[in-house]
Amino acid sequence: MELFELTLKQAKELISKNPSKESELRNSLADRVKTLDPKVKAYVNFASSQKGSEGKGALSGIPISLKDNIVTDGWETTCASKILKGFVPPYDATVVRKLKQSGAYIFGKCNMDEFAFGSSCETSCYGPSHNPWNLDYVPGGSSGGSAAAVAGNLAIAALGSDTGGSIRQPASFCGVVGLKPTYGRVSRYGLIAFGSSLDQIGPITKTVEDSAILMNVLAGHDERDSTSADVPVPDYTSFIGKDVKGLKIGLPKEYFVKGLDPEVEKAVRQSVQVFQDLGATVVEVSLPHMKYAVAVYYIVAVAEASSNLGRFDGVEYGFRAESSNLKDMYFETRDQGFGAEAKRRILLGTFVLSAGYYDAYYLKGLKVRTLIKQDFDEALKKADIILGPTAPTPPFKIGEKMNDPLSMYLSDIYTISANLAGVPAISIPCGFSSKNLPIGLQLTAKPFEEGTLFRAASAYETATKWYEKKPKL
Amino acid sequence: MSNVYEPVIGLEVHVQLKTQSKIFCGCSTEFGAEPNSNTCPVCLGLPGSLPVLNQKVLELGMKVGLALECTISNLIKFDRKNYFYPDLPKAYQISQFDMPVSFKGHLAIELKADDGSLNEKKIGITRAHLEEDAGKLLHEGVRDGSWVDYNRGGVPLLEIVSEPDLRSADEAFQYLTNLKSILQYLDVSDCNMEEGSLRCDANVSIRKKDDAKFGTKVEIKNMNSFRAVQKAITYEIKRQSEALNAGEKIAQETRLWNESKGQTFTMRSKEQAHDYRYFPEPDLVPFTVSKEQIQKIKNSLPELPKARMERFKKQFGLSGYDAYVLVSEKPLGDYFEVCASEKVNAKLASNWIQSELLGELNTRKVSLQDSKVKPKDLAGLVRLIENNTISGKIAKDVLPEMLETGKSAEEIVKDKGLVQVTDTKLLEEVAERVIKANPKTVEEVRSGKGQAIGFLVGQVMKETQGKANPKLINEILSKKLSS
Repeated sequence: MELFELTLKQAKELISKNPSKESELRNSLADRVKTLDPKVKAYVNFASSQKGSEGKGALSGIPISLKDNIVTDGWETTCASKILKGFVPPYDATVVRKLKQSGAYIFGKCNMDEFAFGSSCETSCYGPSHNPWNLDYVPGGSSGGSAAAVAGNLAIAALGSDTGGSIRQPASFCGVVGLKPTYGRVSRYGLIAFGSSLDQIGPITKTVEDSAILMNVLAGHDERDSTSADVPVPDYTSFIGKDVKGLKIGLPKEYFVKGLDPEVEKAVRQSVQVFQDLGATVVEVSLPHMKYAVAVYYIVAVAEASSNLGRFDGVEYGFRAESSNLKDMYFETRDQGFGAEAKRRILLGTFVLSAGYYDAYYLKGLKVRTLIKQDFDEALKKADIILGPTAPTPPFKIGEKMNDPLSMYLSDIYTISANLAGVPAISIPCGFSSKNLPIGLQLTAKPFEEGTLFRAASAYETATKWYEKKPKL
Repeated sequence: MSNVYEPVIGLEVHVQLKTQSKIFCGCSTEFGAEPNSNTCPVCLGLPGSLPVLNQKVLELGMKVGLALECTISNLIKFDRKNYFYPDLPKAYQISQFDMPVSFKGHLAIELKADDGSLNEKKIGITRAHLEEDAGKLLHEGVRDGSWVDYNRGGVPLLEIVSEPDLRSADEAFQYLTNLKSILQYLDVSDCNMEEGSLRCDANVSIRKKDDAKFGTKVEIKNMNSFRAVQKAITYEIKRQSEALNAGEKIAQETRLWNESKGQTFTMRSKEQAHDYRYFPEPDLVPFTVSKEQIQKIKNSLPELPKARMERFKKQFGLSGYDAYVLVSEKPLGDYFEVCASEKVNAKLASNWIQSELLGELNTRKVSLQDSKVKPKDLAGLVRLIENNTISGKIAKDVLPEMLETGKSAEEIVKDKGLVQVTDTKLLEEVAERVIKANPKTVEEVRSGKGQAIGFLVGQVMKETQGKANPKLINEILSKKLSS
């Protein structure tokens, strides 16, 4: 077994037994990236001559890859946008600080949709990443680079960010594990904001246990983030390997409708059977307002995004189109610096917040968001876990949806509502399509019950072992 | 002609709250530091950074709200005000839109009636809300081009908005003076207009005197002193009156005051006004403030100028006007109070502080705080006048010397032999001489021209080098002339 194939847990064990293996692991991974990333294009920036970890702790000597919207001291951080080219932040995001303090080191920065606007990794200014299972297909998005790196054994583990499915959908497309924690569970300080009330950083890993190990490091209150919750953090690894006897699995009737790919439906329904065989019970639940989730999301998220992206104006940092006056500098910088999807969302967001439209769009959007939250509250009274597909389809081809934004937006139909409701959700592999492309299963739990997700996901993973199947690169 | 119009004025005052650190980060608020030295990822608006509210700012904001008798919002919520400008690093200002920390209060101003008495007028306070300041553009003196200093970015501000209750430039001036006084008593701001810790915009409109409806309002900006506000409003009232008289319409617009030209000029029209696209700041979670917390802050408020004025009237028997002047500047009120506590005649002390001491300090360009004559020293001087050791006339010569040398009044009077002559026998001799030397005046006094005696008193004073007690001389002369 090559060292780059190790899970996070195996790498931890290797290095704790023999610290000198740290550089061997790094070299193995770096060689792999040098050889294969030109095909996958998971990374936008990686350092083969890393000096390694500084701190000592739970992740000593472990290389972690980061989505390029996580601010990293001394590393160019661009959100895969031309407008941030050359921006080298003078500080670390809280998650980066925590990783370093636990002994991990930053291995590289992963490709993404520009400013996390997309579900395919195709809106990146660096060009698309490729799905390691079939290079003609997208890895999903927006954390497509992180997911492709983990799936292709180009990373031990990675961090992504999830605003409407951006960790879970690429995890599903690449056949890896992706967790979107409860809103407020992980500090957003240093995550370049897209939709501030929706964004969460989370792990993308080879196994459920790896996800739990990373969450032990990432979770917790941060005094620099007022939206981070002061809720105790359990030992997430303690949920690994527990059985699911008596666990109530809720199946929302709204999930299994037109638009859901038959192969995906089949894989998800089989997973329900697996859970029943493991002793879980199944109940039907309802999320009656789910049909509005995509619409609400494309009001709330773009409104926040239009404001969050105002700062990229050529004044302080990043790209600037030199002009003779301030107004032209603003116009030219933003015109040349942002890609088409970013412009589309900035315009949408600016529109819904404008005088005369605010009440009809933004305010109404917030009200429906509350209803969606209540749906989850009610459903999660009946069930411990809500089960469904992560994405309505298996991965699609590069270029297939780039000219059809609406169909691209619908790729997040199952993931968006967890962000609107603030609840935690995890995507785990649950099978393969006839084209040998991964299919993901999504589990959702009550706020701050990531432990329940780990318990259910690890039981399922142990029973099915989908993670053992690897793409051939 | 302009009398047919009534001005309607509302003021928006931005006050820099006096905190050690900025509103959403730990950077220092110190004024005048090296450009961009008091900055961090948060106040530079660097990508990924997040704001965290400085609780001290909220406390000071609530203090002002309570002092202005506002209702304090029990839910604290912030909003984003979006616009592009290089001094605004995030392209939005974190402010409060629909839930200001305090609202619906009032501030009393004192209007002097023709008979000199004071009439109170309550000016409504619409709201006072918290927000962050922007940076500062530097166009000169750096290198070529324009530069931004973000030291001021994120300094806490309280914007206090009045109702359109003011009816003249004088009332506006009075409002600002009283507001500043309250802020100084609360010790929440330096209130320094030159350093920008207090800024004021005015909304001015005029209407026919019996109109119920307001006229079209014009916002005026860029005044850097209370006097400038007064002048700009006066100018604007005149400009609008002339425009209406000429049959023109007033345009709703923002105008800039030009101090050197003494005029206002159009800055932007209503059509060019920004749509700020306010929406709740998602990075700051709204939170509640309990009644107990508000009560605790209320209990911590110091005595405010209005209450102090009433107390001065009662405790020291001062006139309303004297009390008002003394309390209007906190250091002045403090000075008086220490002085009066030395058990001297308070009214006399008040007169000496207001007319003589402040006048002398003013000509010397020395502030009250830097005066060599401390309140106790002034009390010493007042005491000498009170117990007839020296006359008021002599005291007027003693005070400047006290200011120059820092010596006490007693010392100066002793050293220079200025002790008042109260020796009746000596004074009688002098009076006798003066009567003999001025037969004509004596005749006038005897024939009923009572005021002519003043000349004789003056002559006695002259002979005694001003050291005689004028009251005593008067008595002696009257007695001699009536016999």
